Amino acid sequence: MKILQNVGEYFILMGRTFSEPTKASLIRKQIVFEINSLGLGSMGIITIISAFMGAVITLQTASNIDSALIPEYTVGFTARQSMILEFSTTIIALILAGKVGSNIASEIGMMKVTEQIDALEIMGVNSASYLIVPKIIAAVFINPFLAIWSMFVGISGGYLVAEFSGVVSTDAFIEGVQLDFKMFSIYYALIKTAVFAFIITSIPAYYGYSVKGGALEVGVASTKGVVTSSIVILIANYVITQLLLI
Amino acid sequence: MIELRNIHKSFNGKQILHGIDVVYEKGKTNLIIGASGSGKSVLTKCTVGLIDPDQGQVLFDGKDFTNMKLDDKKDIRKKIGMLFQGGALFDSLTVEENIKFPLRMHASMTEKEMQARVNFCLGRVDMSGINDRYPAEISGGMQKRVGIARAISLNPSYLFCDEPNSGLDPSTAILIDNLIKELTEEFQITTIVVTHDMNSVMEIGDHVIFIHEGHKHWEGTKDTILKTTNKELSDLVFASELMKKVRSLG
Ligand SMILES: Nc1ncnc2c1ncn2[C@@H]1O[C@H](COP(=O)(O)OP(=O)(O)OP(=O)(O)O)[C@@H](O)[C@H]1O
Ligand SMILES: [Mg+2]
Repeated sequence: MKILQNVGEYFILMGRTFSEPTKASLIRKQIVFEINSLGLGSMGIITIISAFMGAVITLQTASNIDSALIPEYTVGFTARQSMILEFSTTIIALILAGKVGSNIASEIGMMKVTEQIDALEIMGVNSASYLIVPKIIAAVFINPFLAIWSMFVGISGGYLVAEFSGVVSTDAFIEGVQLDFKMFSIYYALIKTAVFAFIITSIPAYYGYSVKGGALEVGVASTKGVVTSSIVILIANYVITQLLLI
Repeated sequence: MIELRNIHKSFNGKQILHGIDVVYEKGKTNLIIGASGSGKSVLTKCTVGLIDPDQGQVLFDGKDFTNMKLDDKKDIRKKIGMLFQGGALFDSLTVEENIKFPLRMHASMTEKEMQARVNFCLGRVDMSGINDRYPAEISGGMQKRVGIARAISLNPSYLFCDEPNSGLDPSTAILIDNLIKELTEEFQITTIVVTHDMNSVMEIGDHVIFIHEGHKHWEGTKDTILKTTNKELSDLVFASELMKKVRSLG
């Protein structure tokens, strides 16, 4: 029952968010700010995690192939497919749900309990639109770039492992990376990323927005925002994959 | 002038406001006093439409605000300035940007005109020169004053102040009270001030209403309040030793 109520409230808030837009000049400034903070602020963590994941996938695959029948390029192929299809999209989205999601829920929740949202409303501003739209637009725009960056860094990480550990030759690795490459898998990844970006921003925003009380409730909202958006990402991942790939 | 008619409000089955009627006049400072939790903030929020009353009407200069279309409501809101109990400055913006915010939203001013307006408003609350600080970098009393500067930036016709001087030292508190009164008289604003502070009542109480357990229990002025025979009101007014002394002196 509680879930149904939350879902209902979420859609009502989204309705309010996308009705009667705020002055373009104000929103534009906010979008630039959010691209900076949500997007570029996550570059560091994405770079580190992607490089190590690419490296580990390469090591794992290489060390698990002991049959001579399996060609060496499989390692590069596996690294590429894992990064593009799942790691740089879904796993990165889950990590961002933790980082960006808790940020958004607590920022908006804090504004709620300190009456800043009331102050916006009193000034005749649609607070939902003013606060949430720039975050959604910024994330939906910048996260696909982050995903592409993550793919690049991950595969490079794999390449460096090939270069320095010798578990697989670099020529075979590159051959695997290029093997049977379909542009569609990139489109699939970018569509997923954009959908996930919407989830990561809008769900925590909803939890922040519905905070009542004080700092304690802001903490609870932030946790709920992260957990719920993570679960919704996993479900959405399944649905999108079913729709696009099968 | 703002008129409240029979305002009722409950939360989760618990009734907070039991049918409040009151008229706030223009050019006067109208004070709402009452114990903590008596419903002063809820009444104020019902008046400005941040909370929808369950029953009753609010009229702004004769216009029924409660049942107005959203667009018309917005037009009234542009004329409302409000200082919230906690200040409610936007903490991601500097003091200057906070005061410019309503101007950017509703006024068609050039950057230069806005700058001049910001400096004027800051000067008015005695806070010149802190334009580039963030709310977290200034004290609570300074935040209150900046909150007032923001509330008056659009030259409001209606000014709401929820506990403008709580947490301020006595001399700053009186300064703020007098500032509110001056602005009210100078610009003929309909001003509503929520307060606990008996000093404020004595300084600026042109019109005072006393809220007790969600009822309007008493109504009068700073001159009549000291002679009250109302039990609950005297408990509030003469709670302190100082006020008891004042009473005993007649
Ligand atoms: N949004 C809300 N949901 C539920 N209850 C509320 C809400 N807002 C206020 N209340 C309740 O209404 C009552 C009156 O609150 P209000 O904030 O108006 O008190 P107040 O007179 O302003 O007190 P104070 O002087 O401490 O600010 C309190 O019991 C409070 O718990
Ligand atoms: Mg209050």
